[in-house]
Amino acid sequence: MAVNSVLPPSTGRRQVSWGTPLTYALALAIAAVSIAPVVYVVIGGFRTTPQIVADPAGLPDPFVWDNYARVLTQSNFWQQAFNSAVIALGTTLAVVVLGMAAAFVLARYTFRGREGLYTFFTLGLLFPAGAAILPLYLMLRDLNLINSYYAVILPQVAFSLPLTIVILRPFLSAIPRELEDAAAIDGASRLGFLWRIAMPLSRPALVTVGVLAFVASWNSFLLPLLVLSDVGLHTLPLGVQNFSSQYTTDTAGVLAFTSLAMLPALLFFTLAEKQIVGGLQGAVKG
Amino acid sequence: MTSANQIRMPAGGASASPAGHHKAGRDSARRADTRRKWYEIIGLTTPAVVIYVMFVLVPMGFAVYYSLFRWRGVGPPTEFVGLRNYTLAFQDPIFLDALRNNAIIVFGSLLIQGPIALGVALLLNRRFRGRAVFRLLVFVPYVLAEVTVGIMWKLLLTGDGTVDALLRSLGMGGFVQAWLADLDVVIWTLLAVLTWKYVGFAIILLLAGLSNVPDELIEAAAIDGASWWQIQRHVTIPLLGPTIRIWMFLSMIGSLQIFDMIWVTSVPAVRSLGASATMATYMVDNGFFARLWGYGNAVAVILFAISFVAALLFQRFLLRRDIQGAITGRAK
Repeated sequence: MAVNSVLPPSTGRRQVSWGTPLTYALALAIAAVSIAPVVYVVIGGFRTTPQIVADPAGLPDPFVWDNYARVLTQSNFWQQAFNSAVIALGTTLAVVVLGMAAAFVLARYTFRGREGLYTFFTLGLLFPAGAAILPLYLMLRDLNLINSYYAVILPQVAFSLPLTIVILRPFLSAIPRELEDAAAIDGASRLGFLWRIAMPLSRPALVTVGVLAFVASWNSFLLPLLVLSDVGLHTLPLGVQNFSSQYTTDTAGVLAFTSLAMLPALLFFTLAEKQIVGGLQGAVKG
Repeated sequence: MTSANQIRMPAGGASASPAGHHKAGRDSARRADTRRKWYEIIGLTTPAVVIYVMFVLVPMGFAVYYSLFRWRGVGPPTEFVGLRNYTLAFQDPIFLDALRNNAIIVFGSLLIQGPIALGVALLLNRRFRGRAVFRLLVFVPYVLAEVTVGIMWKLLLTGDGTVDALLRSLGMGGFVQAWLADLDVVIWTLLAVLTWKYVGFAIILLLAGLSNVPDELIEAAAIDGASWWQIQRHVTIPLLGPTIRIWMFLSMIGSLQIFDMIWVTSVPAVRSLGASATMATYMVDNGFFARLWGYGNAVAVILFAISFVAALLFQRFLLRRDIQGAITGRAK
């Protein structure tokens, strides 16, 4: 919030009116296309497979909880959710800490080679993560990291750093010089300024990069697919794929598992949506 | 940094009375501060640099090296074959299909998602009650994992799935197809699903861009009697230029390395015939699962080279003007 005084003010509070019927009709149509398949999957989880086969587009009749109960009690859902959480939280924490430290230096220190270092990081935006996956696998194998959380966390951190630094740097640069001088007069060192002033002021941007890193990690598939062959370490995306290929005839069960796997990301994003859009404004400013 | 240092300077030299000592004290304080500054620079950037070099740049280097060998991944690579793996790839019709599919996804995504996203973003940028809810709903597909979305659409599209049932009930039974199994149809089905999933990302970026358009401009245009559409056409959309180009850039790079969705939706047989293969699935199929490590790494290098050249051309011709403030912008 405090950053509002630093950055251009966001659109001011204005009176909000009802839109035209046409606006609502269009918005409703768009929303329906976006979420109808998701709603179908969630509701489908409350039906039985014979019901679905008989009438694919119908409503649950009667309502069945059994699929959800089965997934939560008999599959590895909880284990996979736990693995996903450990990996996503580890990735997010490391990305935010390392990204903030590097972005702070690139924004607030003047030194030879600064722009070179920045370009060096931004080059990473051009490297498709997928292209490096085979040699990455071989390297992790040589380091004896296959089948460990690190095998997923470390590469994910590395590939998230460029975007993180690109988003954080303009934010940190926008903190006025006077604030830094004032902090120095009050006896704060540069690191004190980082910790006590720059960090709190850039909280919106930190949340943005944190959420982006978390969601990317939570949803990632290719890297875990290659480096986590141990079923006990599988993450939710791997779990969804296993479950669906293992129980091909249990359509209702697959629908239930798929909806449960969607839930955490959806909740998380709903809570943080405003923040993400706000944080991106700095990055897409022309 | 200098102003902050100067402020702290008097404390260092305050006790020294003779002028010479005073100057020496100030110099040594400055030197100490410069040294401390370098410790801080190195200390704060090293962890990020090390992890980035080790897990992004080094693997890319190894990909280039391994791609020159015929190698099954056991022991060090010994059988040097030069560029043979590359010529083999470009002679394999399935790899060429994968290239074509990637091209379809890149251009299809840009041409379909762009106009849709622009329309939706302009609509959702109007002020009306409930707007926030609609914005949230539009982003839903983007947040979900590609794997989850893939499995979901697979259930909706395979066999006599819900989509087919829906078409029949609407009297459009003639459109029913083997969406994911027909070799001529599957890539277009996947393009439609990818559009459904990723158009929300374009909308997020455009809405962020729209919120940077100054209200005063729009108000001025409205006072001059411009209609809503004229304002969009002549004020808002031109100002979105940088955002649109950044989105095109990210969409292009993403489309080139698309993997998850293709992997979980298309039948392996369909994929291995090239109907839905992409460079990434081809690379993993050959390199990882068939254990042709040298060959797989050559495909990885081709994928990287195409992305890199595309990115450079894009930057050179389209992003150049935006670069200052945007993606790789210098701090102002």
